[in-house]
Amino acid sequence: MVSAGAGNKKAFGLDRGSNNYSDLEYAEVIIVAGANVSETFPTLTHWIWKARDRGAKLIVIDPRVIPLARTADLHLDVKPGTDSALYGAMLNYLHEKDLLDHDFINNHTSGFEETLAAVKTHTLSWAEQVTGIQKEKIQQAAEWWGKAKTSFLLHARGIEHHSKGVDNVVGCINLVLATGRIGKPYCGYATITGQGNGQGGREHGHKCDQLPGNRDITNPEHRKYIADVWGIEEKDLPGKGLSAYEIIEAIHRGEIKGLLTICFNPLVSLPNSNYVREALEKLEYYVAIDFFLNETARHADLVLAGSLQEEEEGTTTSAEGRVIKINKAIDPPGDAKTDTSIILELASRLGAKDKFTYENSEAIFNELRVASKGGTADYYGITYQRIVENMGMFWPCPSLDHPGTPRLWEDRKFKTPDGKAHFNPAPYRPPGEVTDNEYPVVLTTGRVVSQYLSGTQTRRIGKLVGQYPEPQLEIHPELALKFGIEQREVVKVSTRRGEGLFPANIVDTIRKDTVFIPYHWPGKLSANLLTPGTLDPVSKIPEFKVCACKLEPQGHIAPPAEKSSAFKSS
Amino acid sequence: MREENVSNVNMEFFVDMQRCIGCKACEMACAECETNGHESMIHVNYVDRAHTIQTTVQVCMHCEDPVCANVCPADAISKDEFGIVHTANSERCIGCSNCVQACPFGVPKKQESYDLMMKCNMCFDRTSIGKKPMCATVCPSGALYFGTREEIAEMRPNSTPVKRFVFGEEIVNTKVNLMMPKGSTELKVF
Ligand code: SF4
Ligand code: SF4
Repeated sequence: MVSAGAGNKKAFGLDRGSNNYSDLEYAEVIIVAGANVSETFPTLTHWIWKARDRGAKLIVIDPRVIPLARTADLHLDVKPGTDSALYGAMLNYLHEKDLLDHDFINNHTSGFEETLAAVKTHTLSWAEQVTGIQKEKIQQAAEWWGKAKTSFLLHARGIEHHSKGVDNVVGCINLVLATGRIGKPYCGYATITGQGNGQGGREHGHKCDQLPGNRDITNPEHRKYIADVWGIEEKDLPGKGLSAYEIIEAIHRGEIKGLLTICFNPLVSLPNSNYVREALEKLEYYVAIDFFLNETARHADLVLAGSLQEEEEGTTTSAEGRVIKINKAIDPPGDAKTDTSIILELASRLGAKDKFTYENSEAIFNELRVASKGGTADYYGITYQRIVENMGMFWPCPSLDHPGTPRLWEDRKFKTPDGKAHFNPAPYRPPGEVTDNEYPVVLTTGRVVSQYLSGTQTRRIGKLVGQYPEPQLEIHPELALKFGIEQREVVKVSTRRGEGLFPANIVDTIRKDTVFIPYHWPGKLSANLLTPGTLDPVSKIPEFKVCACKLEPQGHIAPPAEKSSAFKSS
Repeated sequence: MREENVSNVNMEFFVDMQRCIGCKACEMACAECETNGHESMIHVNYVDRAHTIQTTVQVCMHCEDPVCANVCPADAISKDEFGIVHTANSERCIGCSNCVQACPFGVPKKQESYDLMMKCNMCFDRTSIGKKPMCATVCPSGALYFGTREEIAEMRPNSTPVKRFVFGEEIVNTKVNLMMPKGSTELKVF
């Protein structure tokens, strides 16, 4: 379920942002694509400004004028679902004007010719038609990118949560490789992974196709190594599993009948909530572990009260690949237990107590160190002590005297089978659902700064709720006029999957053909009632970021936000 | 952002509106403080949301000759020897809102529930013992910065701190700096 991970593995053979953020400081050109940094990763803002204070040019690619785009040197207001067309056109332009690093391409990459051939038809004029961005702006972006001596490209869910999320990611990487600006000071590329250990969860083995250390669950050698670490037979390790959305589909097909979740609220966070709810109702047995009773947990047969990050010791790995120590500040209240102790107790009841004999959280981390040893995400040289002493350590760190790797690829030894960085062809193809007469408007979804993910924590904090109390439909005045929608009028938004009612917020800061709704709310306020479950064929990530919708003003103005029902959880 | 939480006498407050991303982390941090009764004394507002995403962030500018204090009929607002203009003295304040009307920066707010004017005091409880104001320790964009003039000059070569404001015929000199384009000497509001 990670387009960036799949794209990075294709290109570099490794799933991690290539640089830490201090490489932004002297980047001459910064591209931020599909990443509403100011609202979803605010602390990155000051790194970007550090570079801007030194004269860096900032290019923001987003259908909305997000806070960072307001002052950007160039804002490319891409039509949702057409990102790969933009990157293709930029690559084509770099080739035409010979703004390429031939040495790097020849010596350290493969696949350039095929990749270029795949975007031969992606001219600037063609891209203007497809993406809705003026061709002069695309040309300017390509010029700046092509001529820069140092640069950094960042992207996030805005290009990844698509049925062609992987295409978008490799499209970005192609631009980085074409100019050879990687693995050098102030030459960077990174996806901004989610805050809550979004990076670490991958290499620790939480992904359904991975084992610890970023090992491949289908690779016999990798399986053997991990089985030995865990003291089990290789044949007892399960095979490749299903990603989150595929699990929902498999429940529908009657293939999965029981479910155990930890900190998961798919009723809010997965697309097509009606379909997700039907799946939850079909389950024969469902156990939810969470720190608060979220909307999904209401469907559970059994709820186990787990812990917040503040209530447990451990590590988290940041978007930079930096392993950070987190310390327990308070005990879980009442009957709640730490997530770890719940898992250990489950293991014990299932008869595997002897395999889960950890004295403390450090012992678990030490097992991960061994399990990841020799893998691409090697944690072996990282110890609790070193993390604390160094304010975090960057993997890969294969030995106790290794300093860690804040910047990847300085040695030009990529982790692909041939040791080269791979260009991957990513010609444009349309999104899973396009507009038509019945559903004429593009809908995209996203987040607001005061809410976090499915809101299980943040919808309970009064001041954060007050900051943005309810999901609003952001719409351009011209589009609002076309449908006769007034400011704060309640609008029925429907797609082929469902409908919801949202007050309109009429703003100039969005494309004229696109509306936006943030997704953090449940029930009738859920943007994910509308979104499609179309999956990326490689990463299996659903297409949250683009679908076709219909707008029907309801003839009445929404009550002031403070009095709205958003305070109630469903 | 990661600077140690220590201050020295040369530290000043620098506000750079163009960097503000409207995240309101500053308001949340300010409201965590019990001194203010969990009310935020820093105010973030959209300029004109229909047309732009731009927000402004306002702390008390701690004027040299504070008009808020000058118009107070109860003598409830005082400026101390460090140049900090304090929130209204709760025993004296009669809640008349003269200061609310008079402040050229829109800083004081009357808290109806307490019948009292409350405003930013540059975290005097913190800054007086060498800590930075709460808002400046959390701001992720650098819109709020607390440090020395040398630091800001080194970090932001394209901006100049300004502490002279011209409102029509009124000239207001302040303790807090506003970052302006390089070479600026004052901000004129017509
Ligand atoms: S900014 Fe307003 S509240 Fe602050 S000292 Fe000046 S007049 Fe008084
Ligand atoms: S914390 Fe900084 S960026 Fe955020 S609203 Fe306050 S001043 Fe603006």
